[in-house]
Amino acid sequence: MTYFLRRLLYAVPIALGVTIICFSLIYLGPVEPLDAVAPDDASPEELARLKVEYGFDKPLPVQYLIWLGRAAGGDFGVSLFTRRPVIEELLPAISNTMMLAMSATGLAFSIAFALGILAAYNNGRILDRLFTGVAVVGVSIPNYWLSIVLIMIFAVELNMLPAMGMGPTGSRDWAWDVAHLRHMILPAIAISAIPVGIITRTTRACILEMLSQEFVSALHAKGISRARVLVHVVRNAAPTVLAATGIQFGHLLGGSILVETVFSWTGTGYLLNEAIFKRDLPILQATIAVLALFFVAINLVVDLVQTWLDPRIRRT
Amino acid sequence: MSSSFAVATSAISTGDRLVEVNDLTVRFVSKDTTIHAVNGVSFTLAAGEVLGILGESGSGKTVTLRALMRLLPEGRTQIGGTVRVAGHDVLGLSPGALSRVRGSTIAMIFQEPMTALDPVYTVGYQIAETVVRHENVSWAEARRRTLDLFEKVQIPSAQRRLDAYPHELSGGLRQRAMIALALSCRPSVLLADEPTTALDATVQIQILLLLRSLQKELGMGVVFVTHDVGVAGEIADKLAIMYAGRFIETGPVTPIMRAPRHPYTEGLLASTVHGAMRGQRLKAIQGSPPNLEILPAACSFAPRCPRVADICLAGVPPEVPTGPDRMARCVRITQN
Repeated sequence: MTYFLRRLLYAVPIALGVTIICFSLIYLGPVEPLDAVAPDDASPEELARLKVEYGFDKPLPVQYLIWLGRAAGGDFGVSLFTRRPVIEELLPAISNTMMLAMSATGLAFSIAFALGILAAYNNGRILDRLFTGVAVVGVSIPNYWLSIVLIMIFAVELNMLPAMGMGPTGSRDWAWDVAHLRHMILPAIAISAIPVGIITRTTRACILEMLSQEFVSALHAKGISRARVLVHVVRNAAPTVLAATGIQFGHLLGGSILVETVFSWTGTGYLLNEAIFKRDLPILQATIAVLALFFVAINLVVDLVQTWLDPRIRRT
Repeated sequence: MSSSFAVATSAISTGDRLVEVNDLTVRFVSKDTTIHAVNGVSFTLAAGEVLGILGESGSGKTVTLRALMRLLPEGRTQIGGTVRVAGHDVLGLSPGALSRVRGSTIAMIFQEPMTALDPVYTVGYQIAETVVRHENVSWAEARRRTLDLFEKVQIPSAQRRLDAYPHELSGGLRQRAMIALALSCRPSVLLADEPTTALDATVQIQILLLLRSLQKELGMGVVFVTHDVGVAGEIADKLAIMYAGRFIETGPVTPIMRAPRHPYTEGLLASTVHGAMRGQRLKAIQGSPPNLEILPAACSFAPRCPRVADICLAGVPPEVPTGPDRMARCVRITQN
């Protein structure tokens, strides 16, 4: 319990640091923030008025605190493009990305965990080399390129699966049914390629390390079945594999900009891409901040689950 | 060679043959090299008897012990000879049959309980798991038996310790838990791989006394591997001194300790501290153990032996009877 609280406290400065970086982003970019919000033909008087309205006249730390205070209450300002509150654009996008990332992580973990265990148990043999090869290919392929290849094969040539969108024509809300899930298959496969590679390699390395430990010999000496020995080995490898999976989930939440764009999956990546082209600074700021905070939260959850799985961590 | 092994078998055996090992060889084969770890070991063990295998690291004593339950990495190990334990042909058993014998008929205590126990399960669970596997009882019953075992190996606050993880116990308690695990299914043969080496001296003697009393009580045959002459003298009924994968001297413990016949045994005893030695300088054995990548064609100890002669290099020394139930592999003994 004390470990839980301490770990929670560690997350606070990290989260604050993240928000500072996100806030500073608008001043690090090539666009003067005032130019982004003002119309092209704005008069000097109008510019001065806008400068005060957006708070650009105040010192930077004050601007940050004002922004942070509003953001904490869910107010990230108004989109420069749609004039709607940023939060209204952001929430559905987060939910869409979350669904896709969770499905892809689940898919990647199931495949990679099995491949990794099989590779480790066949260390050095054909199966191991094959799966290690799959892992290297998975990590190396750019996922937007994979997306296009998948579309060409399964949507264009075979006409089996839809190429874009989040549901059949006319459907406005997501539903967990076959018609909608068909739209998720290709993007989920495309973004799970890298996690499959990384989790396979982590699992393989971790299981191999466990198999060389004395306690595995001791388990065999007890005469328990091979399946039960595997349960022990997996339970020991689980914290490390889970940590790798959690980090991959974080990457998927924030890192599928191109894939979401290719498939017109209206998640945070799609939103970011749009915002970048339209120079919609409030949207950019808010999306990046929220995604980064998710990443911090995922790390926190992974750490706490690890503690639960490995009694030795509780002491340190 | 087979006639000389017959000598060994008869020389060292007393009573029933609970364990019967004949011309055991173990090689570790890899692409680049072959290690000849055990090169023709034969012995028998009766119920209620303790055999101490004494040797320095790399002499093959642990490998011999593990071969008794075929606990060696399968792909790269070649085992020859025969091993019979309580009527089972250990080297010929199917994997399923082998796993039924392991833990129930023949059990092992490991050197380092910290690494030999699974770190993420409680010690109570790990013992109960073995009981459930071999005795066909419920988990509740297995847990009750585990509690009895903890009391038998004198773990204080046994009930509470059942739910402790290995890292939460002291070294001595961990080894007691390991012993409880090994004894959980009342094995007839217990293999102990330097079970006291990792412990403090005071804890060492407690564990030895505990093992000795449990062995007497349960009538087990015990094979006890150690590099510590004092420990071997404390626990063993008969001794086998191992060098370069062979037993080079065997016999009852007291006569060997009093009057070792093989030069290596002499050197081993002379290099150990024992009573009434103040002021004397300990004698170390010169040189280091041989490289086991080449199977020696002569006496392996010859390069380090103070009494080496040309005849020692003529071939592997046969077993020379040196007294009742005793033998030594040294050609110079007959000449002295």
